[in-house]
Amino acid sequence: MRQSGRDNGSTVGPHPPPEGAPALSVDNLRAYYLTHYFGVEREVRAVDDISLVVRRNEIYGLAGESSCGKTTFLKTVAAAVRPPLSVIGGSVQYAFLDRDLYALNPAKLSAIRWRRLSYITQGSMNVLNPVRRVRESFIDFAYRHMGLKRRPFFAAVNEHLQRLHLAASVLDAYPHELSGGMKQRVTIALATICRPEFIIADEPTTALDVIVQKDVLAMIREAQQQIGSSMLFVTHDMTVHANIADRLGIMYAGRLVEEAPTADIFANPKHPYTAHLVASLPRIGEQSRKESLSGAPPNLANPPSGCRFHPRCPLAMEVCREASPALTTLAPGRRVACYAASPLVKPSPTAERVAGATHRAERVGLVQ
Amino acid sequence: MSGNLLEVERLTKRFAIGGLFGRGRFNAVDDVSFKVDAGQPQILAIIGESGSGKTTLARMILNTLAPTSGAIRFRGQDLLGVRGRKRRLDFMREVQPILQNPYEAFNPLKRVDRYLYASATRLAGAKSQKARDEAVNDALQKVGLSLTEVKGRFPHELSGGQLQRTAIARALISSPALIVADEPVSMVDASLRMSIVNLFGRLRDELRVSILYITHDLATAYYVSDRVIIIQKGKVVETGPAREVLIHPQHPYSVLLKESVLSPDDVGQGAWEGERPRPPSQTA
Repeated sequence: MRQSGRDNGSTVGPHPPPEGAPALSVDNLRAYYLTHYFGVEREVRAVDDISLVVRRNEIYGLAGESSCGKTTFLKTVAAAVRPPLSVIGGSVQYAFLDRDLYALNPAKLSAIRWRRLSYITQGSMNVLNPVRRVRESFIDFAYRHMGLKRRPFFAAVNEHLQRLHLAASVLDAYPHELSGGMKQRVTIALATICRPEFIIADEPTTALDVIVQKDVLAMIREAQQQIGSSMLFVTHDMTVHANIADRLGIMYAGRLVEEAPTADIFANPKHPYTAHLVASLPRIGEQSRKESLSGAPPNLANPPSGCRFHPRCPLAMEVCREASPALTTLAPGRRVACYAASPLVKPSPTAERVAGATHRAERVGLVQ
Repeated sequence: MSGNLLEVERLTKRFAIGGLFGRGRFNAVDDVSFKVDAGQPQILAIIGESGSGKTTLARMILNTLAPTSGAIRFRGQDLLGVRGRKRRLDFMREVQPILQNPYEAFNPLKRVDRYLYASATRLAGAKSQKARDEAVNDALQKVGLSLTEVKGRFPHELSGGQLQRTAIARALISSPALIVADEPVSMVDASLRMSIVNLFGRLRDELRVSILYITHDLATAYYVSDRVIIIQKGKVVETGPAREVLIHPQHPYSVLLKESVLSPDDVGQGAWEGERPRPPSQTA
């Protein structure tokens, strides 16, 4: 049923989707911002012990409020890590690589970027160089990776634009001549031109209005199906996830708190934070009052003990204050980290290692 | 006594488009008329897609942009007559803006309370530090914050929701009759969106402030507003009570807008196909 849209033959692309074959496996990934200013050391645990699998040919949605580490997570899996961000532990395995992403040397990394792994960054309509025509942006981004001569390269670009219903005349435009929605579409065309196996998209529709947003989402969906790639899609807007994601992961304060097929998340959220996110969505035609979450998002430099959601949680218990719950598989494809959701949820054994993280980082020379 | 807080009459703003395409003219706001009643505080939503002239309209109502033709009257007085420091301040006391992006509205190198104190001094006429503290604290309490949370903080030390609420508190310091909120929730994430929107409802009910809520988000407009005006390319295409217009839109553009709203209820399939993107009508 969920797959019905994909199974109609030709649109699926080169890879027939073997259900469940992982395209990306992330294991116990930790990425902290380590700063050392004026003698004060700070570590901001933006990505803390995240494990997830993105299957082939699926759109995996990642939701959560601002500053919960969504973008940091994407940067980490895209190998776009720059100080003060550093990867403290864990592994990132892509199906198209024979080794861990962080075991690659820079030349190898540069070879897979764009060609096999593309990253639509936040505010991506601003990645187009304002003083160069779109045509030149295509050359800058994709020419080297495509390995084609000029003429076949532009033939390929034109064909790709046509597939995505963009007029070839956008190539001659400067970015300021395009509307926000057009720029966003051009960026998506740029990101998909090499037919990458894996696409990472960070809030690609946030600044757009409803009409354009719908078109851009349809385009993302179409592009993803045409080239048959997997996608990690991040936005804080649950309605967008409802309409585009196959599976959904909910992040809170650097941790993954729940993961399930999108329909299950909306129909039967287990984690109180997810339940709040789903319940607070306004709908046209519904007048009941929507409550907002009390309290402020936690400071990731000094997160609350135990479950990070407990200070704002209506169901908080004693155990929540003491030990962080492990992300536990309750049913196939259904993981949740909340003691209130199920008695199966136990304290996380890996969370305890956090305290030693900085020392490990010191050993490997990440901090001076 | 006209009974109208704000009266916008046949308002038009025309921009000239420069030499590149030949001399062109472009009506950003085209013959817009509406009224906000003084007796009954209300939330009036102005809905339209990007580029439909919503912000231009807001800037004209805030008197930072002069209309090409037509008139805006605030409490019966034409905004063209608001000249000079004293009249301007009087006007600013009554009409206050809230901007789209709280992260950009505050200078990152200045402390947030500076803006609050400046408003208290200039608009609320607080002379002593004690009076200023009081005025600022009062306003912050109305939005669910307190001075101790905000004092001495830089914008990066506050969350997006706190910043946007601080921006609303700043607007409330002078006890305005009208707040012009230009896309106040589009940059704020979903869980905070409802707290801001609920706050607007409270301001209307408890402080009797009218709010011009400019947005492209139909769901929150439906949730909180009393009346809506839908504009397309600067022209009003539909107006009326919020529930009625948004449930049974009449104009084709309103229907298109409503259909474009993604609903969490379609969820499920996860394999949403969407419609094929419209062929691009233009590149510019």
